[in-house]
Amino acid sequence: MFRPVHISGFAQLPSDVEDLDEAEMVQRVVSGALGDAGLSRQDMGFWCSGSNDYVMGKPFSFTMAIDGIGPWPPQRESHVEMDGAFALFEAWVRLQHGDIDHACVYAFGRSSLTDVDDVHAMELDPYSLAPLGVGATDLAALQARAMLDSGRWTERDFAGVVSRATGADIDALLAAPYVANPLREHDRPTGADGAAAIVLSVGGDGPRIDGLEHRIDAHQPGMRSLIEARSARLAGEAAGIGPVEVAELHAPYAPQMLLLQQALGLADGVTVNRSGGSQTSEIPMVSGLVRIGEAAEAVRGGASRAVATATAGPCLQHNLVCVLAG
Amino acid sequence: MELVSPFTLAYAYKRSLGPVLSRFATALRDGQLLGARTASGRVLMPPLEYDPDSGEDIADLVPVGTEGTIQSWTWIAQPKARHPFDTPFAWALVKLDGADTAFLHAVRADEAEVATGARVRVVWGAERSGSIRDFHFEVSDQPAEPAAPVEDTEPVTRFKAPTRLDYTVRAGAVTADFLRGILKRELNGKRCPNCTKVYLPPRGSCPTCGVPTDEQVPLGQAGIVTTFSVIRFPFEGQMLEPPYACAHIVIDGADVPLLHLIGECDVDDVRIGMRVEAVWSDEPAPTLASIRYFKPTGEPDADPDSYESHV
Repeated sequence: MFRPVHISGFAQLPSDVEDLDEAEMVQRVVSGALGDAGLSRQDMGFWCSGSNDYVMGKPFSFTMAIDGIGPWPPQRESHVEMDGAFALFEAWVRLQHGDIDHACVYAFGRSSLTDVDDVHAMELDPYSLAPLGVGATDLAALQARAMLDSGRWTERDFAGVVSRATGADIDALLAAPYVANPLREHDRPTGADGAAAIVLSVGGDGPRIDGLEHRIDAHQPGMRSLIEARSARLAGEAAGIGPVEVAELHAPYAPQMLLLQQALGLADGVTVNRSGGSQTSEIPMVSGLVRIGEAAEAVRGGASRAVATATAGPCLQHNLVCVLAG
Repeated sequence: MELVSPFTLAYAYKRSLGPVLSRFATALRDGQLLGARTASGRVLMPPLEYDPDSGEDIADLVPVGTEGTIQSWTWIAQPKARHPFDTPFAWALVKLDGADTAFLHAVRADEAEVATGARVRVVWGAERSGSIRDFHFEVSDQPAEPAAPVEDTEPVTRFKAPTRLDYTVRAGAVTADFLRGILKRELNGKRCPNCTKVYLPPRGSCPTCGVPTDEQVPLGQAGIVTTFSVIRFPFEGQMLEPPYACAHIVIDGADVPLLHLIGECDVDDVRIGMRVEAVWSDEPAPTLASIRYFKPTGEPDADPDSYESHV
């Protein structure tokens, strides 16, 4: 029923790259992903990017970054003011039309320009939440407290997520002060700058997208259960997740990792976030796309089935689930 | 030298509230809390314009209590500038008596008082405009004090929603090179290795070919006006007093125009083909505004064939 879409190329900027502007970052990851796919710009029938003008401090920042793809002759192009994973969803849909066989998805973002919490504060309900100045960490803390109140998780469980990602000692983590009780600084995402690109192709040898769905829950934090990632569960079911060997989960705040694992029904032996996830590097608007790329790398490396997620909105409001098969 | 600059993005927005939320805002101004009742009888707080379960419109706003219970909380020991208080406080999800959903707000209390299950009550501000910030909560098992009356009785249909973000901006490698040249009163373009076009200001990636533009190309200070616009109306942030002209100027040797201002020239004399040259400020800074404007050189106008591709 659907044209089979495969991930044919993936590239991300190394974390220690020198100062590059948006176009320079995009140019490098796009040429890297195209090279990885063995394809050229001229092979792409559609381009789709994910980025956020408020993160970058410029209106229409994505139109300036588009120099990086060398858009001549004029290209079919689209953009989401969201994580590049959602741009990948749009590109997957576009490939279903049947007239083009390759699409390039890219994303860029920075944590270094401004406090990303302040930017996330602006995406909230403008009447009842944004005027309070509540931020992403504040909201994630309310979710973490609800998780503790339920009796199903402990602060030790939260620290365990960070320890598995960074190698830090759990007791040392638990001794750190709170920044928004019960969250500690290390429970917050480790902000970084960067970019990533993925080339999608109909057919071919790359990891096949076996399921791709996203669902969004109510925006108001008090109008849904904060102790389950219901939108992730529904997206996973719709995507036909099944048993997987590898999971790359986009959980900007450490406690959220536990909710995603529960929502997706991951078995104990699954390798989770071998890449380190948001606990080692969270690039706004990019890290969800990177989860998909890292899951693809795992399948290329021999895993038969992998799942990647990307999230948007406060407290895991909106989740995309991508299932890859070798 | 690393080129770093603070930058503030700020907008003064007003938002309209629509028929449902304007009633909520007017009630806030008048010292009352209203929730939205859905068709199934559920009372939502804060009120929405639609039922999140069914998508149906909501038309019914009903009073809810000014006392409630904490459902979840977090203690903020070091408030940020955007927070409602500059001393430690708690965020809480508060389920008001009479509402079926909890809503997020700020609680002024001692840290030890804040707990899931604690009773809180509204504290009304003396000055209210119909904003969610017209009140806050405190921990108490007593009924809330009534709100002091305010003078305004007009319905609240809009509210101010100013936006502000502060950034530390870094110039990318190519822009930094260009700006270092500006400090020396130089205009340096960069050439694409593929199509050989020279860009001024330079771009990190050739917009035609998608490859890095590495080759530095020193250029002169003079060029041709290829289009222009005369600005006659005043607006905030203007550099020159109207009327004045801004123009596309193709500097000799560049393949794309530079956007800048025209000075020392009557606006009625500005024309396509006019030859102009840069007039620099006394102390260049790393910004294109170090060129104050371009003025006519006095040379004859350029041969139209020489700039045909730009018009």
